[in-house]
Amino acid sequence: MSEVKLFGAWFSPYVKRVEMSLNLKGVEYEYIEEDLKNKSPLFLQYNPITKLVPALVHNGKPIFESSVILEYIDETWEGPSIFPKDPFDRAMSRFWAKFVEDKCSDLLWKACWSAGEEREKAAKEAEEGLTILENEIKDKKFFGGENIGLVDLVANYIALWNPILQDVVGFHVLTQDKFPNISKWADEFCNDSFVEKYMPEKEKVRLWLKRAVETGSLY
Amino acid sequence: MATSGVKLLGAKQSPFVTRVMMALEMKSIDYELVVMNPHLKPELLSKTNPVHKKIPVLIHGERAICESLIIVQYIDDAWTNGPSILPPHPYDRATARFWAAFVDDKLVPLLGQLREAEGEEAKELVIKKLSEAFMRLEEAFINCSKGKAFFGGDSVGYLDIALGSFVGLIRVVEMMNETKLLDETKTSRLAGWAERLYSDSLVKDVLMDPQLLLVQLQKFLATMPKAASE
Repeated sequence: MSEVKLFGAWFSPYVKRVEMSLNLKGVEYEYIEEDLKNKSPLFLQYNPITKLVPALVHNGKPIFESSVILEYIDETWEGPSIFPKDPFDRAMSRFWAKFVEDKCSDLLWKACWSAGEEREKAAKEAEEGLTILENEIKDKKFFGGENIGLVDLVANYIALWNPILQDVVGFHVLTQDKFPNISKWADEFCNDSFVEKYMPEKEKVRLWLKRAVETGSLY
Repeated sequence: MATSGVKLLGAKQSPFVTRVMMALEMKSIDYELVVMNPHLKPELLSKTNPVHKKIPVLIHGERAICESLIIVQYIDDAWTNGPSILPPHPYDRATARFWAAFVDDKLVPLLGQLREAEGEEAKELVIKKLSEAFMRLEEAFINCSKGKAFFGGDSVGYLDIALGSFVGLIRVVEMMNETKLLDETKTSRLAGWAERLYSDSLVKDVLMDPQLLLVQLQKFLATMPKAASE
């Protein structure tokens, strides 16, 4: 009988993609909401190095970093595949997942939170990344094809959190005009009956981000 | 799986390229190294890695794969004969992946920062952070190796490749800054591991001698304006 715990924070896109993966596989787990201002001793005991969420603990053994956790989940449990089976397709999935994080999401986040020259630079680089991504999603329902896969999960930030943050700070890089394919994918993703069960409420995210912008702190 | 038609675009001075060479050697895959300096913008690189235009790129038949650790995993997945690069157990695989990501996300940027740091004080600060990173890797080694020779156990594995590919550059950084990062006093296990790596029959032929690397790297760096990283 395996014991699975997931330490998370409700607002974290990294945590949500792990939750989706666990649910895709039908894994039973205990979810523990961590107050990141006041981390519990249990959490710190498992996670002295990164001190971040998500942290997955399987039979007492902790795994950190969402990308590492997703690989672990796919390798450990049966059920629909998160990663493709073919070695080349797997490599491509890993490549695009990294691209989405490094060249799109991180830059979109940075553009929203910075100002002046730094903001302009981040916005320009984000647009370059998004232009490449726009081409990658054209003619496809999801990055994973007909079904959601790794890249869709990793791009969850772009689908839900980014549009809200852009509205809150009043700075829009990813717009429907400039990136119609990505925008269409974002709608498909957020409205998918499986995905919507594991996404946070948009209004709750909006209030959290609004408070973060006002106070300068995420938690 | 046919081993014909395997080309590696890159330069052996690059630790990222070295990772791929280590993996290819481990699997005894015949390949052609197509020497390429990405900063001179060769057309073949734009064609095979249009997104990043960086080395290494592995060409396997019609397919091009980029990003060193993604290539290493591809090699492990595609060539199932020969030793496994990633450990067999999912938990050990997760541990190896975590620390490989640590090398790329924390250690490698610090090496770049050290080269760019101006003045003694700035350099000292980066050296301190590097030392802390190596202390963590020392602990990781103790956990992963479980008393054996390599991170991967009795033989070289994924994390040995991820970090081992950088030992040459680390030694170069030590020489240029007159400091010790991987040394017998603070990181004794890692120091021993580095020696063993350079003697290991599977990978020693592709690991660059630090003295030679110093000379060649200075030439390579002279061809580009800023930090050389993947």
